[in-house]
Formats: sequence, structure tokens, C-alpha cells
Amino acid sequence: MTVPESSLASPNGSDAPVLEFRSVTLSFDRPVLEGVSFVMYAGETRIVLGAAGSGKSVMLKAAMGLLPVDSGQVLLFGQDITKMSEHELFPLRSRVGVLFQEGGLFDSLTVGDNVAYPLENRQTGERLEPEAIEGKVVEALRFVELDQTLEKFPSELSGGMRRRVGIARAVVTEPPLVLYDSPTAGLDPITANTIMALIAKERDSQNTANVIVTHRYQDGRLMADFRYNPEKGRLEHLSKEQPEATRTVFMVMKDGHIVFEGSMADLESSTDPYVDKFVHR
Amino acid sequence: MLDFLKAPVAEWQDFWHLAGSAFKNVFRSPHYWDDVAIQMDVIGIGSLPIVILTGFFSGFVITMQMSRALNTYGAIGQVGPIVMITLVRELGPVLTALLVAGRNASGIASEIGSMKVSEQIDAMRALGTDPVQKLVTPRLIATCFMLPQLTVVADFVGMIGGWSIAYFSLRLTSPQYWTPAYQILETNDVVQGLLKPFIFAIVISLVGCFYGIKTSGGTQGVGRATTKAVVVSSVWIFVLTALVTRIFVNL
Ligand SMILES: Nc1ncnc2c1ncn2[C@@H]1O[C@H](COP(=O)(O)OP(=O)(O)OP(=O)(O)O)[C@@H](O)[C@H]1O
Ligand SMILES: [Mg+2]
Repeated sequence: MTVPESSLASPNGSDAPVLEFRSVTLSFDRPVLEGVSFVMYAGETRIVLGAAGSGKSVMLKAAMGLLPVDSGQVLLFGQDITKMSEHELFPLRSRVGVLFQEGGLFDSLTVGDNVAYPLENRQTGERLEPEAIEGKVVEALRFVELDQTLEKFPSELSGGMRRRVGIARAVVTEPPLVLYDSPTAGLDPITANTIMALIAKERDSQNTANVIVTHRYQDGRLMADFRYNPEKGRLEHLSKEQPEATRTVFMVMKDGHIVFEGSMADLESSTDPYVDKFVHR
Repeated sequence: MLDFLKAPVAEWQDFWHLAGSAFKNVFRSPHYWDDVAIQMDVIGIGSLPIVILTGFFSGFVITMQMSRALNTYGAIGQVGPIVMITLVRELGPVLTALLVAGRNASGIASEIGSMKVSEQIDAMRALGTDPVQKLVTPRLIATCFMLPQLTVVADFVGMIGGWSIAYFSLRLTSPQYWTPAYQILETNDVVQGLLKPFIFAIVISLVGCFYGIKTSGGTQGVGRATTKAVVVSSVWIFVLTALVTRIFVNL
């Protein structure tokens, strides 16, 4: 029950919106999201920057219906999820991959079982045979170069490895939309770059839409400037003439508001002092 | 003006909401029987040693205390029935429940609380599982199944504790202790003695799960949730035992 692909035209193509916020407000003790609106189209990469506590993680959770919004609408694959019950949400959520900020790996399950979890528990689509699941799990773990850790528990892995297992679990169902909450936080630059390269590779080999929350501007730049070339098996720098080839949109949040939304060029020329702090030229 | 009531009322509502879904899930697929079995092992088998130890000494101590009073009336032969009634009706259920509350309400709250702060609960929901179905209902079923049985064990071991004093110190024969003790038991006592642990089991498991799921604020939050779960479930055990006793005394 998705919106037909051509019914809503995106600025630069005919893709349908995968995620849309319409003046979303959400509060705990105090407002955390206030009037957040944006539209995200298939094939788009959205980099979300913003200070700690600006509401980035809350926004991602609201996007999957994990947190209820107070007012406004969240549309996931064209469907308003704000009034949906948990059970109605499950089929939609199974089309979204997510990497949580705190990891969210089940520490009572092995790495293999963690990655198999979305395949075994998704409440939609065909039930897979155990062998088929096993195959997909190994494939996903090989993708993040961790196929040796199948039988290990998350607590036996390093932080960077856990992050990679989280990515494997997020993408094992080949979802059209993947949400990454701070995939590089707390990692050394080398590991961080490896992880961003994996995310770019996933994006370009599966053609997924991505939301990437990050504190590192270079993560956004990598997603905007590089594209994975499956023939050569590596990332390629895009020339200056085709900077929009990856359709990367930057979004800066401040105290629950979106204070900037636009391309990398717009971001780099922004004069807003808050926005400027997130840009390393 | 009544703002200070808002938080407790909201908490109360949330609790009943959780309790409602947990009970509904008992009769709804999918059932996670593996988790039920694991919890039965943790709660039932895991609590057995401490329940036996405490049960024995509670019977032991009541018998000593009672024997002094009974002696002054020359009614030392009544020690068996008195210990039996005290254990079956009150001390067995309450002591066992308090022990299990200390052991398992805290265990449940800290386990689920850690899952909450490391976003495992969010991950479950994102990946197609209802955390109430997967975490709460198995603990509810397991506790309701195990606590009455643990209570029976505690009652029985308590009687043995009483017997050891009656036999070795009060110089009663075994039949002098056991026969009147069994004769005094009525259906009313047994029903009360099994209904109480069943109710306490609901309280312990749901309160533990509730504070676990509500945990926020990192590892400190887990600590707070654990403490709250033990305190709140213990208080409710006392309130409810008074209530049930009140009802049964009038029957
Ligand atoms: N479960 C919750 N209960 C109460 N307040 C919350 C909860 N989750 C988030 N908040 C509050 O919402 C605000 C936004 O939090 P959020 O986690 O979205 O920040 P963030 O932008 O992801 O920050 P960071 O970059 O540090 O991850 C914070 O002030 C936080 O205290
Ligand atoms: Mg965050």
C-alpha cells in the first residue's frame, strides 16, 4: 500500500517521498521537537547535524513511531503513522533499517542471532527457511567484514565492531530506508572512515535512502562527494561538475528546530554562526 | 493546584496499561515459551536455596517463640497447629514473596532497565517484536507458576523447622506435632495460602517489569529502577496480604 512512485514529484526526479515530517511537535518535560517539517525522497542521503540534545535521536525515533508525537504528522512511505497502533506499525517498520546511538544489540544473543533477529521476527512478507536466514546473515556480516564473529557475543567485541554488527543488522533485510544514529561517534578516525565507507557502499549498491545523524562534518562530505563503484569495488570521488550526483541533503538542528536544510554548497556558504560551527572547510 | 498528583496518577495509569497488555498477551500469539522456561529456572530454581533456608528458620523461630507462651497455658501440644496456621496463611506466602521480590523484582527491573538504556527495547520494537510480549508476559507467567510452588516448599520446610524444635527441645513425639497440625488445616487456609502467592507473583513481576521499562537516565537510572521495584513490590505485598486476610477472616 505505498504511494505510486510518480504521484509525488521530487525536486530532481520522480521518486516518492520515503519520509515526511509535517510540523511535528514532541515534548517530554519540555519541548524537544518544535514544528519540524521536511520531506525526504527515495535515493536521498540526509545528513543531520546539530548540538547534543538538539533532538536528532528523538527525531529518528519519531520517524519509526517509537516515540509518539504530540502534534503534526509523520509520513513513512506515504502513510501517516501518527495514529497507528504498534501492530499496524510493524509492517512499515520492517522496511526501515536502524542503527541506534547506543547500539541496541541484544547482549543475550550472539552476533549471528542478532543479525538474524530482524529476519526471524519481521511480521510481514514471507517466512524464510533457516538456511536462507543463515545465508543472509553470513552475507550481511561479510559485508561489514565480520563473518568470523558469528558465534561471539556483542560484549566480546570492540566498539567499532559492535557498530558494524549494528549496521549488518540494520541492512540485512535490505530495507529501502536506513536510519543511522551517530555511526561514527566515539570511534577513532580510521574506524570511523571504514564505517562511513560501508554506509556509502550499502547506499550505492542497494540504492537505499539514508538518514545519517553525525557530529562529524567529514562524514557528510564523504557521503556527498563519494560514490561506491561496484565494478572497481571501491569508493570514487565525484568530480565538482556533478556534486548532486549522490543527492545529499544537509540538515542542521538546534533546540528542536531545523535551522538549516540544503546542499553542501549552501551549507558551506551559510553565514549563520550556529550552522557555521558544524562546517570544517 | 493538584499538580503534585499528576505524576503518581500518570504512573498508576501506565502501570495498569502495562498490566492490561501483559495479561492480554497471555492469551495471544506469539508465545515465547523459551523465555518462559528461562524465567522459570531463574525465578523458581534460582530462589529455591534461599527459600528453603528462610522457610526452615522461620518455622524454627516461631516454634521457639510460641512454645514459651503456650507453656504458660500448659498447651504445649498446640504448637503444631499454631505453627501450621501461621506459616500456611501468612508467613510462608509473605516471606517467600519478599525474598522473591528482593531477588527477582530487582533482577527483572535491572535486566529490563539495562535493555532500555542501551536501546535494546527500542530495537525490539523496531525489529518487529512487542517488548511486552517478549519480556513482560514470560516473566508474569513464570512468576505466577513458580511462586505458589516456592511457597508450598517454604511452608513444608518451615514445618520441619518447627518439628525440630518440638522434637528435640519441647520433647513432643512426631505424631504429637504433625497430627493436630494437619487436622487444623481447612480449605479456607489452603486457598488463602495459595491465592496470596499468586497475587504477589503478579505484583512482583509486573512491578519489576514496569520500573524496568520506565527506566531512563543511564546506569544511574537502572539503579533507581531496581530500588523502586523492590520497595514498591514489598510494600504492596504487605498491603495486599492485609487485604486478602481481611476478606478471608470474614468467610
Ligand atoms: N526518554 C526521554 N525522556 C525525557 N527526555 C528525553 C528522552 N529522550 C530524549 N530526551 C530529551 O530530549 C532532548 C533531545 O534528545 P536527543 O537524544 O534527541 O538529542 P540528540 O540530538 O540526539 O543529542 P546527541 O547528539 O547527544 O545524541 C534532550 O534534551 C533529552 O534530554
Ligand atoms: Mg542522539
